[in-house]
Amino acid sequence: MFVLVEMVDTVRIPPWSFHRQLNEAIAEELNKKLANKVVYNVGLCVCLYDVTKLEDSFIFPGDGASHTKVHFRYVVFHPFLDEILVGKIKGCSAEGVHVSLGLFDDIIIPPESLQQPAKFDEAEQLWVWEYETDEGAHDLFMDRGEDIRFRVVDEVFIDTSPTGPSTEKEAPSAATAPPAGAEDSAPQKEAPYTLIVRILDIAIMSI
Amino acid sequence: MEVRDANAAMLSNYEVYQLLTDLKEKRKEMVKNKHSTGQQNLNTIMYETLKYLSKTPCAHQNPDTVKEFLTAMLPHKLTKAEKLQLFNHRPQTAVEIQLMVEESEERLTEEQIDELIQKVTDVLPGDPQKAGDVSADPEMETDQ
Repeated sequence: MFVLVEMVDTVRIPPWSFHRQLNEAIAEELNKKLANKVVYNVGLCVCLYDVTKLEDSFIFPGDGASHTKVHFRYVVFHPFLDEILVGKIKGCSAEGVHVSLGLFDDIIIPPESLQQPAKFDEAEQLWVWEYETDEGAHDLFMDRGEDIRFRVVDEVFIDTSPTGPSTEKEAPSAATAPPAGAEDSAPQKEAPYTLIVRILDIAIMSI
Repeated sequence: MEVRDANAAMLSNYEVYQLLTDLKEKRKEMVKNKHSTGQQNLNTIMYETLKYLSKTPCAHQNPDTVKEFLTAMLPHKLTKAEKLQLFNHRPQTAVEIQLMVEESEERLTEEQIDELIQKVTDVLPGDPQKAGDVSADPEMETDQ
């Protein structure tokens, strides 16, 4: 579930932190920068593991802070392909079942990966697995809060860094500008890191 | 910022759990001196990860468990990823083993799977509450 990632970065220590131990100040700065954030194509950063190398600190003209190049290792949440994980069902939508791990929420089971046959119950907004045994058809509801075991099938990284100003010229009137801005900002909530998983054929949901 | 190696090493849940509990202790001591507001993200991720990991088998493991487990797994010729999954999940049934071990039908016979389950249950500590109920039965069997 977790991997160690080696990274190099230049850490800026402001002058008011000079009284602190350099290692502590650097650890705090790195955690402030990376903890609970997704790094593109790497994963969700959790916390600093250790600092492997500290190069010399420099002070540049115009800035009173010291800049230090740090080689460090960071604990990153990045499950490998085909890994088995256990999570809780957060909710269901037409796109599939949303599962959460507490520390990581953007896990989705697309409808094709659910046990077949499955259908979406519109009334309760839940996916239902109908399976027939010798006795008859049973409906298994994917209730919220249920534990579920799944296998990682794919991961999607989206670069959510801010894009530059749009190149289209908008009309200067105040009436059109706010609606255009609202349209751009509203659908912009894409998850930077999504896990696409499949429910396990053999294992049943209850653990 | 540059990423030198995106996969330098795999960490077991136990190692991360240990790291986070140590970090939490250190931060508790530091907070007595100064309260920093910039660490909210770190607090969030630590809290959530500890909450999740405390419900997995790794919360009951200790450093000796890791060594014992790896020695016990030597004769079975499992890949690193498979051993890691077995260590993190502590499977109790043959179904779980088949999911975690690739091509288990070809590589392991039924007896080997049972042997794996037995080893996993013996070497890896489980939930003390549940172990109290389970351990009664094996003891009865060995007496007979």
